[in-house]
Amino acid sequence: MGILEVKDVGKRFGGLQALSNVNLSVQENSVHAIIGPNGAGKSTLLNCLVGKLIPDTGSVMFDGQSVLGRAPYEINQMGISRVFQTPEIFGDLTVLENMMIPCFAKRDGAFELNALSAVLRQKDILQKAEHMLEEMNMADKRHMHAAAMSRGDKRRLEIGMCLSQEPRLLLLDEPTAGMARADTNNTIDLLKQISDERDITIAIIEHDMHVVFSLANRITVLAQGTPLVEDDPQNIRGNPKVREAYLGESA
Amino acid sequence: MFGLDKKDTSMLIIVAILTLFAPFILNPFPTESAMAQFNAGYPDLMQRFVIFGIFAIGFNILFGLTGYLSFGHAAFLGVGSYSAVWMFKLIGMNVIPAIMLSVIVAGLFALLIGFVSLRRSGIYFSILTLAFAQMSFNLAYSVLTPITNGETGLQLTLEDPRVLGVSATADGSIPVTNLFGLEMRSTFELALGPWAFQFNAGYYLCALIMLAAFYLAIRIFRSPFGMMLRAVKSNQQRMNYTGLNTRPYTLAAFVISGMYAGLAGGLMASMDPLAGAERMQWTASGEVVLMTILGGAGTLIGPVLGAGFIKYFENIFSKINDNVLHTWFSFLPDGMEDAVVFIIHPFIGKGWHLTLGILFMLVVIFLPGGLVEGGQRIKGWLSRRKAKDSGKAAGETNPAE
Repeated sequence: MGILEVKDVGKRFGGLQALSNVNLSVQENSVHAIIGPNGAGKSTLLNCLVGKLIPDTGSVMFDGQSVLGRAPYEINQMGISRVFQTPEIFGDLTVLENMMIPCFAKRDGAFELNALSAVLRQKDILQKAEHMLEEMNMADKRHMHAAAMSRGDKRRLEIGMCLSQEPRLLLLDEPTAGMARADTNNTIDLLKQISDERDITIAIIEHDMHVVFSLANRITVLAQGTPLVEDDPQNIRGNPKVREAYLGESA
Repeated sequence: MFGLDKKDTSMLIIVAILTLFAPFILNPFPTESAMAQFNAGYPDLMQRFVIFGIFAIGFNILFGLTGYLSFGHAAFLGVGSYSAVWMFKLIGMNVIPAIMLSVIVAGLFALLIGFVSLRRSGIYFSILTLAFAQMSFNLAYSVLTPITNGETGLQLTLEDPRVLGVSATADGSIPVTNLFGLEMRSTFELALGPWAFQFNAGYYLCALIMLAAFYLAIRIFRSPFGMMLRAVKSNQQRMNYTGLNTRPYTLAAFVISGMYAGLAGGLMASMDPLAGAERMQWTASGEVVLMTILGGAGTLIGPVLGAGFIKYFENIFSKINDNVLHTWFSFLPDGMEDAVVFIIHPFIGKGWHLTLGILFMLVVIFLPGGLVEGGQRIKGWLSRRKAKDSGKAAGETNPAE
C-alpha cells in the first residue's frame, strides 16, 4: 500500500476526456515522477489530488483516507503540500513573514482568531521560521519583500514554506519550468537533499528529462489521460512504448 | 508599553496628545479675527472628527488589510445609530448601554451581510455590499417605518418609556444623553485673551473611545491574525494551499470593521440622539472609502488623517460664501474683485465637493499611499537635505585640513 493511492480516476471536461482509468501508487519516502507529453493530463491529475478539481470517477486515498470532496486547505492539513509551476508566495510580505505563515498554519490549524498577541511574541514560530530560512540559505534576505526576489529564490522560499509544514507528501508541479540551467541544478540538489534528509515522499510532475532522471526512483508515464507504464527509471529509458509516445522518434 | 513596540507606542502617544489637546490645536485663531472661520475647535465638529476617525479605522481593518473593498459600510453605522436611539427611548439616557447595543447589533448585521457577500471577491464583493447597504437604506426609509420612523428619522419624544430614567424632565423637556449623570452636551469654555477654547464632555468621551479603538487596531495590525489578513490580500491561492481557510479570516475582519462602524454610529446618536436613513446611503459608504484612501489605506494613522481632512473641508469650506470672499478680496479694484470671486465661487459653499474631488484626484495620482505617503516623502526629503547640508559642511572643512 502506498501513501497515495489513485484508483480508476477519470475526469471529463465537456467533450474532452482528460483523464481515464488512472491508477497510481506512490510509495512512502520515494521520489515519484509523473511525466508525459503536453496535454497528457498531468496537471489535471495533480489538481485532482489537491482538491482543486473533483474527479468524475474513481478514488484518491492519502494515508488510508479519501481526499475527494475536501477543500484544498483541508487536504493540506492532512499532510500534502503543493509547490506551483510559477512560485506562489506572499509577494507583499517579507521573506520571514512568508515563512511564518505556514508555521502558524501547522501550529494553529486552518483558522485561529489570534488578534491581540503580537507576532513578535510568538517565539516558537519565529525560531522555526528563522531556522527554516537558514536551512534554505536565505537568512540574509529575511526582511526583503518576497516579490523583489529572483525567480530561483522565490522557488526556494516556496519549497521552504511547504517544508516548514512538515508535510508527508510534497507535490511539485514542474518546479524548474522556465528556469536557467544553474537554477535548475540548484533546485535538483535542494530536492535531493530534502528527500535524503527528511522523512518525506515527493511526487513531481516534470517535463525536463534531466530533472526526472536525476531525482526519481519511480516513474509513471502518462499519455492521453491514461498511464502508459509505471517502472524504475532505467527501465523507462529503454521502454519502446515510452519512446514512441513521449520521447518521440528522434529520441 | 501596552504590549506595543517603541514605534507604535510613540505613535499612540502622539495621537493621544493631539486628540486630548484638540480644543487648543484646532482653535489657532482669535475669536474676533477674520481667520476665525478656519477654527475647527468647536464641539460638534471635533466630535465628528473622532467619530469618523473610528469609522475609518474600522474600515481600514477590512480594506487596508484584506483588500476587500466594502461599499456598504454606512449600513452598519446607520444600524448602530438606530440601536442607540432605541436604547435611549426604551431604557434611559445613559450612553454606555446604547453604545454597547449598537456595537452588538452592527456586529450581528455584519455577520449576516459578510457571510453572504464574502462568497465573492473583488468587484463582485463590492457590488454585493453596495446592494445590501442600499437595501438597508430603502428598508429603513419605507418598509421598516415602525422601527426607523421613515424619512423623518428616529427621534426621542416625551412619551418614550425610558424604564431606567424619566420620560420627561421636571421642566417638561426631553432628557439629554449622559454618562452616569455627566451630560454629553456640557461644555466648559476657557477664555484666554482673545482666544476662546471649548472643552466638551461628549468630545472627550468620543476621543477616549477613539484612542481605545486606535490602540485595538494597532494590536490587530501587529497580531498573527493581522498578518493572515495581509496574506489574504497578497495571495489567496497560497493561503488555501498552506492549510488556511480564508473565509473565516475575511469574515472576522468584516465583522470587526462592522462593529467599529456600529460604534461610530452609536457615538453619533449619543452626541445627538436622532438617527435617519440618510446615514446608510451609498454616499456615506463612499465617504469612508475616500477617507481611508485619502489618508493611506493599510496604514495605521492614515484613516484618522483622512477622516479629519474630509470633515474639516466639509465643514469649513462649505461655510465660506460669496460675502466672505468679497471681504477677503476687497483690496482689489472692483472689476478684479468680482472676477476673482466669480472664479473661486464654484469651489466653495455648496461646491466644496468640487474642491474635495480635485484634492482627492491629486492625492491618488501623485501620492498613491495617501497623506501618509506625503508625510513620509517630506520626511525623506528633509533628512536627505540635512545629510546634504552636513556633507557640504564637511566638504567645506576638508580643504582647510
